[in-house]
Amino acid sequence: MNIFEKLSKLDRRWVFLILAVVVIIALLVDFKTPLRINKEVQSVYDFMEALEPGDYIQMSIDYDPGTIAEMHPMTYAILEQAFKKDVKVIITALSINGPGMAEKAMLDIMDSVRILYGKELVYGEDVAFLGYKPYPGIVILSMGQNYRISFPQDYYGTPVDDLPIMKGIINYDDVKGVILITGTSGVDFWISYANGRYDVELAVGLTGVMAADYYQYLRSGQIFGLMGGMLGAAEYELLVKKPGPAMEAMKVQVWAHIVIIVFIIIGNIGYFISRRKGGVS
Amino acid sequence: MKREIPLLIVFVAGCFMAIQFFVPHASSEYVYEFVMDWTIIIGVFAMALGIWSFVKVSLNKINRRQENWQYSIVAMAGLFGMIVFGSSIMKLFGATQVGLESYMFKHFFDYVIIPLHATTFSLLAFYIASAAFRAFKAHSLMATVLLVSALIIMLRFNPFLGPVGEYVGDGAAWILNYPNMAAKRAIGIGIGLGMVATALKVILGIERGYMGSD
Amino acid sequence: MLKHIIMLVLMVGLMTAVGWAQEEGTATDSVVQQTLAAPPTNVQAFDTPNDNGHSITIEWDISADDGQGLNNVVKYLILRSATPDGQFAEIGAATPGATTFKNSGVKDDEDPNYFPRETDFYYTVSAVTADGGAESEVVGPVRGEGQFFDTRNGPVLVGCLLFTIFTIFFIRKAKSGAKLYIRPLAGIDAVDEAIGRATEMGKPILYILGLGSAADIATIASFTILGRVAKKVAEYQTSLIVPCYDPIVMTVAQETVKTGYYDAGRPDAYNEDDVFFLTNQQFAYVGGVNGIMVRQKPATNFYLGKFYAESLIMAETGSSAGAIQISGTDEVTQIPFFVVACDYTLIGEELYAASAYLGGDPTLLGTLKGQDWAKAGVIISIILGIIAAVTGQTWFTELFHVGN
Repeated sequence: MNIFEKLSKLDRRWVFLILAVVVIIALLVDFKTPLRINKEVQSVYDFMEALEPGDYIQMSIDYDPGTIAEMHPMTYAILEQAFKKDVKVIITALSINGPGMAEKAMLDIMDSVRILYGKELVYGEDVAFLGYKPYPGIVILSMGQNYRISFPQDYYGTPVDDLPIMKGIINYDDVKGVILITGTSGVDFWISYANGRYDVELAVGLTGVMAADYYQYLRSGQIFGLMGGMLGAAEYELLVKKPGPAMEAMKVQVWAHIVIIVFIIIGNIGYFISRRKGGVS
Repeated sequence: MKREIPLLIVFVAGCFMAIQFFVPHASSEYVYEFVMDWTIIIGVFAMALGIWSFVKVSLNKINRRQENWQYSIVAMAGLFGMIVFGSSIMKLFGATQVGLESYMFKHFFDYVIIPLHATTFSLLAFYIASAAFRAFKAHSLMATVLLVSALIIMLRFNPFLGPVGEYVGDGAAWILNYPNMAAKRAIGIGIGLGMVATALKVILGIERGYMGSD
Repeated sequence: MLKHIIMLVLMVGLMTAVGWAQEEGTATDSVVQQTLAAPPTNVQAFDTPNDNGHSITIEWDISADDGQGLNNVVKYLILRSATPDGQFAEIGAATPGATTFKNSGVKDDEDPNYFPRETDFYYTVSAVTADGGAESEVVGPVRGEGQFFDTRNGPVLVGCLLFTIFTIFFIRKAKSGAKLYIRPLAGIDAVDEAIGRATEMGKPILYILGLGSAADIATIASFTILGRVAKKVAEYQTSLIVPCYDPIVMTVAQETVKTGYYDAGRPDAYNEDDVFFLTNQQFAYVGGVNGIMVRQKPATNFYLGKFYAESLIMAETGSSAGAIQISGTDEVTQIPFFVVACDYTLIGEELYAASAYLGGDPTLLGTLKGQDWAKAGVIISIILGIIAAVTGQTWFTELFHVGN
């Protein structure tokens, strides 16, 4: 058994160890990954740029802590872009651990906008966080009629009608679009109910694993933009000219992919050697 | 009768929900909302059943000192700990904020639940590496096509490819937009038809697996 | 002659004066137009089609001074009144260039956003400038009425009806004794073998119903297979572990397993605690299931139902624990993960078809044939659609248009 054959039968724990070592080293080394902007990410950016001060958008932050690494950078970049442009944002969270994610993102960005741009954002006037309700399909349908059906109060217990930002805002008709950041299958409800039934302009930010599944909706026009995983988040950070954790993480992804490719090549060489030997015997 | 009544309920409810999809009238919406309210109510009661089942199984393990029974103590402590931290009982211990804003609840969420979930999810990276290593073998023409496609997708933003990177990026976009999408749509159409067929079988009472028999 | 000249001068003078006066008049008018824009024209208000009746749509042609002319329109205000000569109240605004507005609300009459159905309203649209608004003519009465059929879903209804007819036709055919061929599925054939293996090894069988709810078709299909597995497990006297993610799914699964044990004639062997609720947190569930795999080392793992990111984490752990694994899901993204980590995978609709394979009931086989014919219909439509698109026959694709 030669070295390649041995390598092709390598215990999976070695694969884990080597990958972990490479990921850690990649995190420590300074290394730039050139990015090109895909049009599905560009269209999200263009939509946000075209908004006027005082326009409304809804952001649904429907992800759980598990997917925080891919999702948070998208949320942060878009929220900051909206706040900088004085666009009013209505935030909802339709996954069980979403509220924790949404509240943290909202407060962090309100702080950073104040520090970086000197803008004092007021909760209830510039942004509202309506909170979480279970059964996303039902909630998405009800918001098409009135936000108050599912969210009579906001996350903090204030009646929605007491929030100045919600004055005259009834349903999806009153927002320019919905940006959905999610790592769950709730995205299907958004596409079939919010877009299908209420014609909502919908853009989605998804995990890398999910993204390939949703290109079909992009082609059919059911969503107008798509950010896929860390790459999508990094592209968006590049577009808003604010390098952040996603652009930083891309170097790790590049090296992790290289490790996987090397393992695949080794596995194949081992496979061909053993097949040739098998053929001779 | 034990079987006929549930089947009748399924038939009526199934037909109603199918028809409701085509009827936008307010009266149809009222009934739909009524049904949805009931779904939520049943879900809440079922959650109580679920928690009871979890507690019962865990207590049994601890009582009988089954293998690794200690883990059950940790699981129970997690369950009841979070319930207590999120409840107004904490006011007795001087907590100023309760519920989701409770100090302990928030800290356990931020510093235990978030890192644990993120860690479990990131295991995926390691498992994808080992699964790819084991499975991506060029043992046939189709497997080779799959392998090459995977390599192109992984290399699409690799900076070491220089000017070739542009072509790889275009190739990756093409793979995602055409062969990938075509295959997904084909599987999707099959799944869609399968769903309608299964729903039809359930409504007509042909498929009764969910009632506890095949 | 002089008289004629005087007459001519007087006429010219008069005409000039009239002309001046007209010019001055025009000048006066233009002063007005600089402050107020021309009102919107051709205003129409009608019941919004295909809705629940709590909405009216207003359409208009833009003001002559919107984007052209004086170009001073800053917005349009939509005003509503219950009577044509009553007090018109502002109910909404639209940006310059807009030509439509939907006046809608909710059906709950206690809600501040209530919009009454079957009530007459009158509307007018005002083109607003910095100095005031120019209102269009009043239109109405118009009332919102709910529809009993959403015409936008017509193609879906036709498709569903055709499919139902296909299916019922083949069910009847199968009942009449016609032989219907279905190709074998390795994953289904392996079920008995996998249970046998666990029995030989004296180890339990782990059955995962996925993260779906009891209403998901994949979960419903999985219940059928679980019933079969439970029956075999009872016959072979092996143990079965079913950790659940959803409490309703748990309740149904308990019933399914119990019936499986009854059918095998071993109700005494059924233990309710074998089917239990773990958690409804995705990754906590993964932790729990992986813990069971590592500690109890089941010989066979079934993953049948709805799965998301946890699919590979569970299947790889099961694979490293040396279990034989059978999986099936309709979540397209997860299928590749199951294919690489499991011994057998049921892809999408194959999972739904499992009941037909396991039960052997001819009526169930009939539904599979119905699906095949429907697929043939879809393929023919796609080919015709390509031809229509290439030849510019857009009417054909419009036949399939659903929604707005």
